[in-house]
Amino acid sequence: MGSVYRARDLHFPNVVKLVAVKEMINRAPDPLVRKTIVQNFEREANILATLNHPSIPRIYDYFSESNRSYLVLEFINGKDLEAIISETPGFMSEELVLSWAIELCDVLHFLHTHKPDPIIFRDMKPSNVMVNLSQHVILVDFGIAKPFFAGQKGTMIGTEGYSPPEQYRGEATPLADIYALGATMHHGLTKRDPRLEPPFSFGERPVRKINPAVSEELEAVINTALQYNPEDRFPSAEAMKEALVMAGRKTGILDRIGGAAASIHQTSSGIKPLWTFQCEDEVRGSPILYDGAIYIGSYDHNVYSLNVADGKLNWKYATEGGVVTRPAAFEGDIYFGSEDQNLHVVSARTGKAVWTYFTDGRVRSSPRIAEGHVFFGSDDQKLYAINLMSQRPSWRFETAAPVRSTPFIANETVFAGTENGDFYCVDFRGEMKWHYKAKMAVTSSPWVADGVVYFVSLDSSLYALDAKSGFVIWRFRMGKGSISSPYLTEGLIFTGSADGCIYAVDARTAKESWRFKTEHQVSSSPVIYKDSLYCGSADGNLYCLEYRTGRVRWKFATKGPITGAPLVYDDIVYIGSTDHILYALLA
Amino acid sequence: MKSFFDRFRSKKTQPLVGPANISTVPLSDQQIQAVVTQELHFEPSQLISGSSQSIGRQRDHNEDCLFTFSTSMGGEKHSYPLGLFIVADGMGGHQYGEVASSTAVRTLASYFLKRFLPYIANPSETIDEPLQDLMRTAIDDAQKAVMQAAPGSGTTLTAALILGQQMTIGHVGDSRAYAIRSGGRMDALTRDHSLVKRLEELGQITSDEAAAHPQRNVLYRALGQGEVLEPDIFTSPFPQPGYLLMCSDGLWSVIGNDAIYHIVQEATSLQGACQTLITAANDAGGPDNITAVLVQLIN
Repeated sequence: MGSVYRARDLHFPNVVKLVAVKEMINRAPDPLVRKTIVQNFEREANILATLNHPSIPRIYDYFSESNRSYLVLEFINGKDLEAIISETPGFMSEELVLSWAIELCDVLHFLHTHKPDPIIFRDMKPSNVMVNLSQHVILVDFGIAKPFFAGQKGTMIGTEGYSPPEQYRGEATPLADIYALGATMHHGLTKRDPRLEPPFSFGERPVRKINPAVSEELEAVINTALQYNPEDRFPSAEAMKEALVMAGRKTGILDRIGGAAASIHQTSSGIKPLWTFQCEDEVRGSPILYDGAIYIGSYDHNVYSLNVADGKLNWKYATEGGVVTRPAAFEGDIYFGSEDQNLHVVSARTGKAVWTYFTDGRVRSSPRIAEGHVFFGSDDQKLYAINLMSQRPSWRFETAAPVRSTPFIANETVFAGTENGDFYCVDFRGEMKWHYKAKMAVTSSPWVADGVVYFVSLDSSLYALDAKSGFVIWRFRMGKGSISSPYLTEGLIFTGSADGCIYAVDARTAKESWRFKTEHQVSSSPVIYKDSLYCGSADGNLYCLEYRTGRVRWKFATKGPITGAPLVYDDIVYIGSTDHILYALLA
Repeated sequence: MKSFFDRFRSKKTQPLVGPANISTVPLSDQQIQAVVTQELHFEPSQLISGSSQSIGRQRDHNEDCLFTFSTSMGGEKHSYPLGLFIVADGMGGHQYGEVASSTAVRTLASYFLKRFLPYIANPSETIDEPLQDLMRTAIDDAQKAVMQAAPGSGTTLTAALILGQQMTIGHVGDSRAYAIRSGGRMDALTRDHSLVKRLEELGQITSDEAAAHPQRNVLYRALGQGEVLEPDIFTSPFPQPGYLLMCSDGLWSVIGNDAIYHIVQEATSLQGACQTLITAANDAGGPDNITAVLVQLIN
């Protein structure tokens, strides 16, 4: 019917990026049917391309050639569960089955609650579950291949033995996936292939009758999933996950898995950087990527342009002071502030100065570019809006303390804090709209979303203010002050604190969702990429956490405290450290 | 020269003649209104509201209570809409249910008005306390007041404090707040603290079973019940374009979301919409007291 090829993406000539290319052959004789099949394929490819979940392979591309269609997707280095089951000498261990089942419930829940339309996987079975090298599961072979098989065996979709009774009547609901997950777990724990047994006969061979080592708790969960009537099963994948977690807690297996997860992370902390670049002094700022190059400033007074693929130096540009800011890029030019009191504008291509602007203080605030202006603060206590055409200030906004906070621009307003705790909202004419006084310095950059501005202060608080009026909506107390910039995604706001924690706080209710303790202050700012949070700590590590739970995926040790924010792009993390090095790591 | 202008005029008045076999559908009032209201701009941005209440057809007294208040707070340069909307449903089967609901509403309303009065009088006065903290304190005060005024009674309480573009909602019990948005969307902002809803959340029963469940009136959290109270407090942007609907279970348990949505969309005024909602609930039997508050932010 089709094949899967392992292929290399030549868009990245300097690194080996593997992808899977799935080929499907369209054998429909009728041209209209053929066309419909291709259209269905493309529609599903489009849906799949929008799914962002760790247990679903990323779709990179698709195309059709004469009677073949191709899907380019993430290459998963691992084995499918069917192979694992048959290669395991005895039964699968309860630990493994439980931990995979929990992850499968997560991804099923994600699919079933997909908006606008729920997605039913319809073909949950061991051969459609891949286990990658870090022991996580990935669902493969989505309904996308189905139209090509239709007509082969009537219209039955799904695999005999794993599918529930109602699927044979042509009904596919989330409860069908739950049944099939129960069947898959049953297969793993008993090694009885349901395709070789009479249909719906799980009730006649309960798990513990074949494998008494399995706990009663887990057996009960599997039995519920395998109920003949859909209404007797778990009502949702989420409910099944809860039951699995409960079972795992009761039997103590979850605690043991926790230990196993820790050991996985031990092994993966042997991460090798893709490349590194050594500066002559500490890297305290953050990198940006622009047009195939990474730009990073250092205390050694330079800003470097590095080839993104291999970290080779394109050029360096020397200022008269340390560069602790994150550069900004706009129309071929790179903008950054320096402690030599200038805002520098340098050609991205040549590394030659285009223009500079002198302030009366060190520039430690990172520039932001919007509406033909560059906005930044200076230790001379002013916030600047400089016109890019005339290279002159459209306005200067006077404050009462150094402005090191990076301005945030939203809806024609500029938000920034100062070192004495003043927080300003300024309109595009440079006039103050409102002002709020925190008890101590607001050094980091604010974040504005849905009419709310979030910022942290050295007074130990994370604030949420109405962006229009400046009224405080809530205040969240951390253990110590913070100069980490908050990051918001999916209703959660993340920030670091000098108490050593990375916090996740619900943006609506100000309730703590989780916190993760590092070994030292967190001055670095968190960044979310896919389902992970990346943040450095003064303990020298870059942490990768699951952003919904705060669980560690991996950490990478540098030889000095990390104070800058990471940059993540195209599955690569770039992070500078005070050990003078900029690292490029696989995300 | 005249013919020159005539040519222009005649061009203007010439009716558009389409092919005979094409018929066009006239735009509905809703579609026209959607276009027209987008062009209007109101300054200052302000909250308008409607409200309505009925004892229903089967109860002999009213235990629901509502409060609406809205104004614009003007500073020297900018002004912000300020609104406070409260719905409370005194608990049936208890004595003094109406005392509980009205005490809760009055305590909450006077707390907020006292807190905002200095600011209304002098815009340079600041309110440093976070709005969610104010809401928490106000609900705590209301809890104490209810326990004192009507011991043994209880009430639901759903309050929306709207300031600028944000609404901070405090909620206990099974009265509801909805964000009504275009396209038939009715998003429930609050979560019922009722036994049946909990069962539904746990997947024990379906929403249809919940609607007919004999214990559907049992709350596990209410004002005036128990020393410790954990209200739900959260802030979200005011639905724009759209409406905030607050109502007691006499409305939402009797008419469905689609019906509510259509009544609100088709009404010519917020007041009219509230009255039509109440009438619809009564037409459907009116088993309980009915309260509806509808709020719109225009700018």
